[in-house]
Amino acid sequence: MVVGIQISGQVTNWLAPGRTLFLFIHFLGVSCFAYIVTKRLVPLLRAERDPRFDRPLTRAAKVLKFWLLQWKHPRYRTAGIVHILFFAGFILLVARAFAVLIAGVSENVEIPGLSGGAGQVYSVVTDYAATVVFLCMVFAIARRLVFKPARYAVPARYGKPHTADAIFLLALIAILMLADSLFDATNVALMAQQGQTVELASFLSLPWILKTSLASTSAPALGSLYYQAYLSHEVVFYFLLCYRPFGIQFHVETSLFNVYFSKLDKGTVKPVKWCASDKQLDQVKSFGVKTFEDFSWKHMLDFYSCADCGRCSDNCPANSVARPLSPRFITIKARDYAFQNYTMFGSPGNGKPLIGTIYSEDEIWSCTTCGACEEECPLLIEYIDKIVDLRRGMVDDGNVPGSLQKPLKALESRGNPYGKMEKKRADWANAKEFQQLCHVRTLDKKNGADTLYFVDSITAYDDRMQSIARSTAKILSHVGENFGILGVAEKDSGHEVRRFGEETLFVALRDHNADAIKACGAKRVVTSDPHAYNALKHDYKDVPPVEHISQVIAKAVKSGKIKFNPVENANDVYTYHDPCYLGRHNQIYDDPRDVLGAIPGLKRVEMKRSRDRSFCCGGGGLMLFYEPKEEQRMGVKRVRMAVEAGANVIVTACPFCMVNMEDAIKVAGLEGKMKAIDLAELADQQIKRESPHVEAPEAAVVHQEYVMGR
Amino acid sequence: MEILVCARRAPDTSENEIALNSAGNDIERDDLVYSINEPDNYAVEEALQIIARIGGHVTVVTVGGEDDEEILRREMAMGANHGVLITDGAFAGSDGRGIAAILKAFVQKGNYDLILTGVQAEDGAAQVGGMLAAMLDYPFASLVNSIEVLEGGKLKISREIEGGNKELNEIDLPCVLSIQTGINEPRYVGMRGIRAVASVPIPSYSAAGLGLEGSMAGAAAARVRRIDYFVPSLGRGAEILAGSREENIEKLIELLAAKGGLK
Repeated sequence: MVVGIQISGQVTNWLAPGRTLFLFIHFLGVSCFAYIVTKRLVPLLRAERDPRFDRPLTRAAKVLKFWLLQWKHPRYRTAGIVHILFFAGFILLVARAFAVLIAGVSENVEIPGLSGGAGQVYSVVTDYAATVVFLCMVFAIARRLVFKPARYAVPARYGKPHTADAIFLLALIAILMLADSLFDATNVALMAQQGQTVELASFLSLPWILKTSLASTSAPALGSLYYQAYLSHEVVFYFLLCYRPFGIQFHVETSLFNVYFSKLDKGTVKPVKWCASDKQLDQVKSFGVKTFEDFSWKHMLDFYSCADCGRCSDNCPANSVARPLSPRFITIKARDYAFQNYTMFGSPGNGKPLIGTIYSEDEIWSCTTCGACEEECPLLIEYIDKIVDLRRGMVDDGNVPGSLQKPLKALESRGNPYGKMEKKRADWANAKEFQQLCHVRTLDKKNGADTLYFVDSITAYDDRMQSIARSTAKILSHVGENFGILGVAEKDSGHEVRRFGEETLFVALRDHNADAIKACGAKRVVTSDPHAYNALKHDYKDVPPVEHISQVIAKAVKSGKIKFNPVENANDVYTYHDPCYLGRHNQIYDDPRDVLGAIPGLKRVEMKRSRDRSFCCGGGGLMLFYEPKEEQRMGVKRVRMAVEAGANVIVTACPFCMVNMEDAIKVAGLEGKMKAIDLAELADQQIKRESPHVEAPEAAVVHQEYVMGR
Repeated sequence: MEILVCARRAPDTSENEIALNSAGNDIERDDLVYSINEPDNYAVEEALQIIARIGGHVTVVTVGGEDDEEILRREMAMGANHGVLITDGAFAGSDGRGIAAILKAFVQKGNYDLILTGVQAEDGAAQVGGMLAAMLDYPFASLVNSIEVLEGGKLKISREIEGGNKELNEIDLPCVLSIQTGINEPRYVGMRGIRAVASVPIPSYSAAGLGLEGSMAGAAAARVRRIDYFVPSLGRGAEILAGSREENIEKLIELLAAKGGLK
C-alpha cells in the first residue's frame, strides 16, 4: 500500500521542471492573500474599540462547540449536515493541503506525526475526505440550481441574486478536490508503472476511481497529468484563498475568530462606548453608529464572516410579515459598503451616513430585538447590538419617528410611556374588591419587605394588564411571601428605552429605580414582566437578584406550596408561547411549562415554533407605539400557529405578548375560538386555596370571572 | 436669514389629566407637566430647516418666568442658536395684546427677517402672532403649512384652508407667520441634548431693558380678562359613554351601527 504524500519525493522528478513556476505561484498567492487581508483589516483598525480579549476559556469552549462541533448547523437538517460533512472534510484535509503545496517545491515532504502507519491511515482518511467534500459540493450546487431554498433568494430591493457567485465558489472547491485526487491517483498509477507494488486502500474514493481508470495510461501521459493536476491544484487553491475575502466564503478564514470573539453575555446591550463610565458619556461627542467607522471592529468582523445562509432572515419575524427589515441584508449591505469604500487600491472613502444610504430609518426601527436571528446564526453574528447602536445614532441626530417621540417624552416627564400621572401607578392595587382579597404594601425606607414586586409601566397602568399585577400579588401572598411594591417611586424599567437607543433617558430611569430598590431594602425582586426582568437582571447594576413570577410559581409547585385545581374545561387545549425576553434572552423555557404540567387535566400542545425558535408577538414597550410598515401583524401569524397546533388557549408570561395576542385574536377573527391568558393569571385562577379535601368550584368560578372579565 | 421664533410653555395635553380647580377659575396645575407648546415646536423645526437650506440664525424667545427657561433649552438642544427669556413681574396677567406688545419691543431691538409663532397655544387664543404683525406693521399669514424662500426678499407659503385645501401665497419679508402643526416632523430632543446646553447662558430682558411702558402690558393694561373656567354642560343629543373601555367600545360600535355609520 502506498500513501501518496509520503512518497511523493520518489516521483517529484515529474514536478521538478515546474519548481520555479510553483515557487512563483506560492509566493504570488501568499503575498496577494497577505495584502488582501491587510487591506480588509484597515476598517477594523479604524473602528470603535470593543474589548473581547477576556474570559479565554469560555471563548475557547465556544469555539469548540460552535465552530469545531458546528452546534447550530443541524437546526437546518439538510444544509446543516452537508456543512458539517464538508467542514469536517476541510479540517481533515488541512495537513494534506500543506503537504501537497510543499510537494511542488521540495522532494521530501513529511508531516510531523503523520509518518509510517499514522500516515497511511491519514492518507486513507483524506482520500475519503476529499471524496466527501467533492460530493457535498456537487450536492450543494444541485441544491442551489434545482431545489432553490427560498431563504437564499435575494428580494429585488436588495440587488441581484447571489446564486452565480455561490455556485462559482462551490465549483472551485469541487475542482480543488478533483485536482487533489487526480494528483494522488496519478502518483500511485505512476509508481505502479515503475514496477512498485502499490495499491490505494481507499476503495471507491475519488482518488481510487481515478487511479483505476488511469491504469492503462502511458507513463509520460501520467507524468504530464500529474504535473497538470499539481498545477491546477495550486492555482485553484491560491485563487480561492485570494478570492474568498471578496465574498461569502471569507468566513472560511474569519469564522474561527468570529466565534472566539463572539458576545458572551446574552440579554445585555453593548454600552455606548466601551470603557467609558456613565459620567464620561456626557463628554462623548456622538452617540451610536452613524457612519461605518462607528461600528466596533467585532461588528465589522461579523460583516466579513456572514456566509449568506439566510437563516437569520428566515427566522426574523419582522422579515416574515414583510417589514422592511431582513437581518441578512443588514450584514450584506454593510459588507458591500466596506468592500466599496475600502478598496484594494486607493485610500478609503470617508464617513458617509449609513441611514439614508444603505439603511433606511424604517428598517432599523422595525426590529423587535426578539433575538431569533442571533439564536439561529451558525457564526454567532450579532444583530441586536448593531440595531441598538444605529438607533442611538438616529436618536442622537433627533431622527425619531413622531409616534415614538411622545412616549419618550412622557417617560422623561412622567416615568411611563403613556403620560399617566405618577400618583396613579399603584391604582391597580387599590381597587376595593381586590384590597379585601390581598393587601399590597408600598415599600420605602421605613417600610421594608423581603421581596419587591417590580410591576413596570404596562402592568401598572393598562386596564387589562393590571389583572396580571393582581394575580401576581395574590400568588406572592399565597406562597407567604413578605412583599410590597414601590408605588409612585417606581418608574419604567427603561428596557425598551435602552433598546430604542435613548441611552441617556435609560440611565436616568435606571438610576432612579436602582436607588428606590436599594432604599426599600428588599433582598430580592420579582416581576411579572420579562422585559423588566431582563432589564433588572442585565442592565441594572447592584440591585438584588431578580426572579420572574413563572420561576416563583414553578418553585412553589415543586415545594408543594402551590397545588392546583383541575382545569374546568377538560376540552381546552393549551399552548405556551415563549416570550422572547424570558426564553431566548434568558433561557427560561421549562419553568412555565412545568407550571402548566402541574395543573391537573391540562392538555398542552407545542407550537412548531417554540422555545428558542419562538416567534415574536410583535414586540413590547415602545414597539407598541411604533407604526411599522407591514403586510400583517406578527401576532396574527403567531395566533395562527397556535391554531395550527390545535390549541384554543394561548398561555404567555408577558404583558406585551398579551396585548399583541389579544389584539391578534380579534384581528384574525378568532374571538370566541381562541383566548390568551397570562401564566400568572392562570396559576392564580387554578390555585387550590381551600383544604385539599374541599374542592372549591364556586370559588374558582367566581375567581375566573374576576380575572377574565377585566 | 435671521429668524425669531416666539414660543411658550404650556401644559402637555397628552400627558395630563386636565381638571378644574376647586375655585373654578383655572385648571388644577399642581400635577401638570409642562413642555413647549406643540405648534411652537413645529415653528422652531421649520426655522431650523430654513437655515439649514439657506444659512442664518434662529433665536427663540419666550415671555414668562424662570420655569420657562426649560423650553428655551429644549429648543436650543434642537439646534436654535439663541434663547432669550423676557421676564418681569410687571408682565403678570398680560392679555394677548400685552404679550404682543412685549414681543414687539423685543423684535425692534434686533434685526429679524422672519418671525414665526405657533398657530396657537394649547391653552391660548391664537391671537399673538396677528397682533404682533399689526403692531410691527408687518405682513402676516396664519395656518402656514409650507415655506419656500424665494429670491428678492419674498417667501412662497401655503396655508391650510377649511376642508383640507391649500392656498399658495407670496409674502414679503420681513413678515410674521403662524405655523400649523404638520408642516414638518420636528426632530427628537432627548435629555442628552438638553444637558449639552444646560450651561449656556440665556440672556433675559425686563420691561425696563426693552424700554416698555407700563401701560402696554401686565394685568392693569389687559383689556381681556378671564372671568370663568368651566366644563361645558351636556348639550342636546350629546351622550357620554361612562363604562369601562370594553363596554364603551361595544356601545360605540352599537351606536355607530344603529345610525348606519357601520355596515
